[in-house]
Amino acid sequence: MNALPILPVLIPLGTACLGMLGHRSLRAQQTVSIAGAVALALAAVALVARTATGEILTMDAGGWSAPFGITFVADAFGAIMVLLAAVTGLAVVVYSVASVDLPRKRFLYYPLTHVLLAGVCGAFLTGDIFNLYVCFEILLLSSFVLLSLGSERGQLEGAIKYVTLNLISSAIFLSAAGLLYGTLGTLNMAHLSVRAAEAVAEGNGNAVTIVAMLFMVSFGIKAAVFPLFFWLPASYHTPPFAVSALFAGLLTKVGVYAIVRVFTLIFVHDTGYTHTILLWVAALTMVSGVLGAAAQTEFRRVLSFHIISQIGYMILGVALLTPLAVAGTVFYIVHHIVVKANLFLVAGVAHRIRGTSDLGRAGRVGVYASAPLVAILFMIPAMSLAGVPPLSGFWAKLILIRAALDERAYVYVAVALLVGIMTLFSMTKIWAEAFWKSPEEKEGDPPTKADRTPMGMLAPIAALAGITVAIGLAAQPVFEFSVLAAGQLLNPEVYVGAALGEAFVTPLQGGVEP
Amino acid sequence: MNSTILQTATRYLLPLLLVFSIVVMLQGHNKPGGGFIGGLIGAAGFALHGMAFGPNATRTALRADLVVVMALGLAFALVAGCLALASGQPFLTGLWVSVPFPGFGEVKVGTPLVFDIGVYFVVIGVVMTIVLSLLEENA
Repeated sequence: MNALPILPVLIPLGTACLGMLGHRSLRAQQTVSIAGAVALALAAVALVARTATGEILTMDAGGWSAPFGITFVADAFGAIMVLLAAVTGLAVVVYSVASVDLPRKRFLYYPLTHVLLAGVCGAFLTGDIFNLYVCFEILLLSSFVLLSLGSERGQLEGAIKYVTLNLISSAIFLSAAGLLYGTLGTLNMAHLSVRAAEAVAEGNGNAVTIVAMLFMVSFGIKAAVFPLFFWLPASYHTPPFAVSALFAGLLTKVGVYAIVRVFTLIFVHDTGYTHTILLWVAALTMVSGVLGAAAQTEFRRVLSFHIISQIGYMILGVALLTPLAVAGTVFYIVHHIVVKANLFLVAGVAHRIRGTSDLGRAGRVGVYASAPLVAILFMIPAMSLAGVPPLSGFWAKLILIRAALDERAYVYVAVALLVGIMTLFSMTKIWAEAFWKSPEEKEGDPPTKADRTPMGMLAPIAALAGITVAIGLAAQPVFEFSVLAAGQLLNPEVYVGAALGEAFVTPLQGGVEP
Repeated sequence: MNSTILQTATRYLLPLLLVFSIVVMLQGHNKPGGGFIGGLIGAAGFALHGMAFGPNATRTALRADLVVVMALGLAFALVAGCLALASGQPFLTGLWVSVPFPGFGEVKVGTPLVFDIGVYFVVIGVVMTIVLSLLEENA
């Protein structure tokens, strides 16, 4: 028996628990929180190391074998997602120590962050569609609180839109899961894959496709794809920078993960319909995101729209559904989570230095003039996002565009390239306005010694920038891992074999009182 | 609300509800009930107290920090699941021991009971946090 597939869920929950027990002492909370994040990262590394061999780890909760109980399945894709969640979580927790204000911290900020991480990791590891819904709810509930904590006017305005649209998405998800259970009679994802194939063979494919579209809408809202993305730029710029970095890095990617999972494992029989829609969605998402960004002048709103356009690239890979394209999606997610979380963290530092996040206003001092290191640390993720070689974003885009060329999807190649250039334009806009420009007339008080950026904020940014450079320079191992993950995703029988195993030979074992 | 009838009734109802909530929680393994519904019944008792005597009186009567109550509940549930991990079985597998209990003979005690107790506390903690916040807003 191997506990590894469940540890990334248990560690953050345990950390949250300890943080709540010691909630009167801020120091205890911070220590526990960082220790928990480190432990999660270690568990994630172990998980990735195990799955890198091509092995798929499973654990049947309570000893109830699949497909009757809830199975946790860690394949290469799930494991790398958990590692990314852990890395982002660790960076954000360290960054929070120096940047999040005291009242928020006192109001269970750290435990909530860890509950969010538990939900995210659970979503990546669960092999049961209803359990996936539960994990979505866990991460959503904690994100609701994190988003509205502090009760500032703008925050609540953003939170209302965020909560409403996400609840609608959850309701659709739940209905879809119910319909799926009614149609196929199971909730285990591996079993669903088998049953969906049977249903299609029996000529029952239309019912499956209808449910597939419900899932696409629900996950599409979570992933913020065209035309369901409006909640994202309305809310992500309102909470503290650490919180929006966590959200930007992880939450939409859980939606993308869910889309990739169900549209490679379960709904692969009517690809001419479902995946063509995904293809259109991908292109429109890329374009509308990047055009939206061009119209914005607030640091985090620009970045928020870029999340949307980047989601388009990820969806493009799964829509093309070739081994190279899906590997491109995996690589893209790896690159994107690190870069995006980092950009939001840098935005926090820039806000601190300039005294404003508005790109139209001059701010009290230019970032490059007063803190050149911060400016360089912005440059790395920003250029990576735009796809400038040799950073991680270049390889991610290269793989996807190669895959699209192989499929003769020239329109999508053109869109992807154009959106890349537009992204570069956006990043240069931020660079020029917020970092390069030194105001002639200084607004507000000049920065004092107390305004100097604390190491606790710079260290996570530097670490994430280091990862971005490392992925860029050593793209081969990451690419090989992505190919491995894509191979598993495109051959559902591997996943099914690992998750169901000999379930039908000895259906009920353990879990029963003697 | 300042009603003598409600206050007097609550003095009798609260202990009854609390005892009932524990009974419901304990019988939950084989019959209708369990930690969730038991916790709700217990929280209903405290909520009644809050309406009769005001939220401050209830906070005093609870004597415990609700955040800690939630955390303890969560800890119980986690420990119940992790005991199985420690013994090399999958997370949440039920482990059972028979304990001689005077008057009842052998009583089977297992990790599902510990889990239920955890749920009981989490539910009481969460519901009371919500109820007391709402009552305080009204006051």
